[in-house]
Order: sequence, then structure tokens, then C-alpha cells
Amino acid sequence: MGSVGAKDVPVLLTPEGLRIDGRRLDELRPLRIQAGPLHQADGSAFVEWGANKVMAAVYGPREVHPRHLQQNHKAVIQCKYNMAAFSVDERKRPGLDRRSQEISKVIAEAFESVVFAEEFPRTSIDVYIEVLQANAGTRCAGLVAASVALADAGIPMVDLVPAVAVGKISGQIALDLKKEEDNFGEADLPMALVPQSGRLVLLQMEGHMTPDELSRALDLGVVGCKTIYEKMKQALRDRYSVDPIAAGAA
Amino acid sequence: MSHGQRTGHPRRGREDSSSHPSGDRVLVLPGQEIPSQGLKPGPGTYRVGGKVYASILGLLAPKPPFLQVIPLSGRYIPKPEDVVIGTVTDAQGTFWLLDIGAPRWAPLHMTGTPWDVEIGETEKFLRVRDSVIVRVENLDPTGRIGVTMLGDGLGKLEGGTIVNVSPARIPRVVGRGGSMIETITRHTGAQVAVGQNGRVWINGTPDAMLRASEALRLIEEQGQRRGLTERVESYLISTSSSNDQGPGVAPHESAHRDAPAHSVPPVGPADERIDPDTVGPATDEY
Repeated sequence: MGSVGAKDVPVLLTPEGLRIDGRRLDELRPLRIQAGPLHQADGSAFVEWGANKVMAAVYGPREVHPRHLQQNHKAVIQCKYNMAAFSVDERKRPGLDRRSQEISKVIAEAFESVVFAEEFPRTSIDVYIEVLQANAGTRCAGLVAASVALADAGIPMVDLVPAVAVGKISGQIALDLKKEEDNFGEADLPMALVPQSGRLVLLQMEGHMTPDELSRALDLGVVGCKTIYEKMKQALRDRYSVDPIAAGAA
Repeated sequence: MSHGQRTGHPRRGREDSSSHPSGDRVLVLPGQEIPSQGLKPGPGTYRVGGKVYASILGLLAPKPPFLQVIPLSGRYIPKPEDVVIGTVTDAQGTFWLLDIGAPRWAPLHMTGTPWDVEIGETEKFLRVRDSVIVRVENLDPTGRIGVTMLGDGLGKLEGGTIVNVSPARIPRVVGRGGSMIETITRHTGAQVAVGQNGRVWINGTPDAMLRASEALRLIEEQGQRRGLTERVESYLISTSSSNDQGPGVAPHESAHRDAPAHSVPPVGPADERIDPDTVGPATDEY
């Protein structure tokens, strides 16, 4: 995207309160979730969220590799978040980088607080998140996909974990930023919620917000998460109530 | 949210009488609150602040005095006495490690085999990638799974192929009283052994193995439908090579012709182990 002068900042919010894609401040992008598209994995999910496309696969509980990570009293949760080389405009250099390691870590930690890992000592639950197409908010999309995949894999956990990013554009708090809003906005606040307990299991922030704005952003994010939660549950019901296994086989 | 979703009709005939008055089971998802009706939280549930929630995706099936959720997916969770099919992943001095599709590899100790194994010579009997049929003997709280090869119908599997199905589908693969397995063996002439861990061993002519594995795929995809045995039977009849005379051949007639047509060694014990031992007790569990 190169260097951009202040003059080149697009208009993120019209006077009528519409965003660049015509959404209101409290609107989510279109979200579609499919549970169980992959056959080889113990559980899987595919999420299309705005222009994001994210596939998640869960394996396990299974033997831990490498062995030294094994924990005697519980399962370890290993997460690998990866962006495909073709997922962004400019080719993304493949492989681990600082950003993907960070995202893998925060997502694994989010799941550590909801999965009943003590039920499977000395095993590993492996979560793979592949971002096929990225347009801001991929860690949230990845987390949503992984959470549905974990449920699809029959892993016991406190709850599904919906996630969404809230941000600040043109001085206003806005739900679910897309790429331009993320690039040119003033702040980005990804969060993940456990609806059953109301606890947040992921919260990061980039940019600046006042305490008042932060508080409103959190409220807006919780509302967004509730909507996403319903779609996650529906995706699992669609797969299991109609035809549990054929849905994945088709 | 509380209405959940109907699952069509009961998946397994036998459990209805024992646990739940109505045939319809409710699908529940992790985090979904379950009306406790004075029952205690059992498998697949947890309790917080006096309320009970589902911890896994599955069917709600109260089994007084416990509430429980029967999983519809996920790895095989071993139970004592289950007969399972495993693949050797490692050979140590006194034992082998088997992948039985469970969360952990299961050690098979050399004393649990019918062979006279010298220490350090385990590889003379079983090598990595060999397949065996064994019985789960004991489980300990650390998740260690002890298996044995001592018993009827247990041993090394020679030849054939192994097909994976979901462990949740095994009761349908077996059928009521072993009827589904009987249908498959009768129409293909293949030998079939079913492991409770979702692995099915098939041995016979290439054609028999292909048709039997296709029948298993059918069961896996349509496991929740009624009349599955008939559906599988008509598939097997329609693909039978000895069915050149055209349609209208009764199932039992083609079965008679099938039997001698295929050059499958009539291994008596192999067939018996499938029906009474492997199949019988396991069906009750679900």
C-alpha cells in the first residue's frame, strides 16, 4: 500500500453516518460459517466474513509432538495461524513471522481458558488456522472458525468463543473494521468473549482511545459477539441436525 | 435456544427403553444451559453456579441420576472391554505402541499376546504399520490405555484393508443384532471385523473390498436415516457382478450364488468374532 500522505486518507465516514461499504457504525460485515468441511481433520470450519476467508482444522486430543511440550495433568493446546501467500494484495512472504506467532499465541491462550484440558492429560489439541483471503479482522475470523472446529471435533469446553474487532474511525467507535478502516482509522480493538460467563479471553488494542471510548467500544463488541455467537451455533446445528456426516462429505 | 434441534428419529434402537421416554433427542452445543430437573451433571456436562451446561456437542440423553450428552463427533474415547483395531506405531523392548484412534497411543505388552516373545525381539512378531485387533483391558486416570491380544477373535490382521468410520456410527455399521454386518458379508463375500474405535477391517477379493467399503461410506453418510440396511442391501445387489441376469433377483438368491463365486477362505473364527463378541456388548453401550 506504500507510503500514504495525510491528504490521501479516504473518507471513512459520510456525514450521514455511513461507512465506505455502506454499513452503519454498529453493523457487522456479512458472515457465513460452515462447520465440518474437511474430512481428515477431527473438526473443521470455514468462515467467510466480509472479504475474509478463513479455514480452521482441529486435530486431537492426540499424542504431543514435540514430546517435551507434554503436560502430565492436562492437554496442551497448540495453535498455528498462517496467512497464505496469496491472501493479501502484495504477496505475503510464506512462513512464520512475528505477527503470526503472536496471533497463534493469543488464540491458543484464549482457548486454554475455555477448553476442559484436564480431561485429556499428556495429549495435544492442535488448532490450525489458514487465512486464504485477508481483509482486516483475521484473528477474530480465525478464532471464530477455530472455535466452531473445536466443537465439531467434540472437544469439551465451557462455551463457543465469538470474537470481533471494534475500532475508531473518523473519531467514532465502529464495529468490525474492514481493511481501509483498519489502515486509516485511529484504533483497532480485537476481542473474544465467552458468552456463558461474560468473560473476555482475548483483548488487544492498537492506536488510541479515551477511557470513555474504550468502554463504549467494549459494549459494542459484546453486542457484536452475541450476533456472531448465534451464527456459530446455527452453523453447528445445520451440520448435525440434518445429516451429521454427509454435510462434510458433500 | 432451549428448543435445540430435533435429530429426526432415534439413532439407536436399544437405548430408548433404558433412558429416555421420548424417542427424539435434543441436539445441544457447548455452553448451552440444560434444564437439570434435579439430575447431577454427568459426562459431557458441567455445572457453574447451580446451573448445568453442555460441554460438548451431542445429543442430550438423561440417564438418571445423571444428565449426560452423547457425543456425535470426535475421537474414539476408549472403554474397558471394547474390541478395537489398531496400527502399530512403535516397537519397544517389551511392548508395542498402537494407534487405536484414541487420544493416546495404547501400549500392548508382550505378555498380552499369545506369542512367546523374547525381550528385545518384539519386532519379530509385529512391526510398525502392522494392524491388530485387540481388546481394551484397563484405563488409568492419566489416560493410559492398556490393551490385550489374548482372547477369542483377537490377533494380528493379515491382508485386507482398513476403513475408518466415525466411532459414533459404529452401532449403525453393526446393525441391530449384527444385521448390517451380516448383510455386507453375505452380499460381498468379504470378511469384516469391526472395531469400536471406528475402524473396520475388510478382507476379500478386490471387488468385495471395494463394494464393502463403499457400503460403509453409505452408512457413514446416511447413518441417521431409516431403512439403512435395505438401502445398503440394494446397493450391494445392484453392484453385484453375479447379477447379470438383470434386476428382480431376490437378495437371498444372489447370496447363494455369491458364496461360492468368491474365493474367500471360509475362516470360521474370523466371522464369529465379528458377531457375538465384537458386536454384541458394544451395541448395548450406546
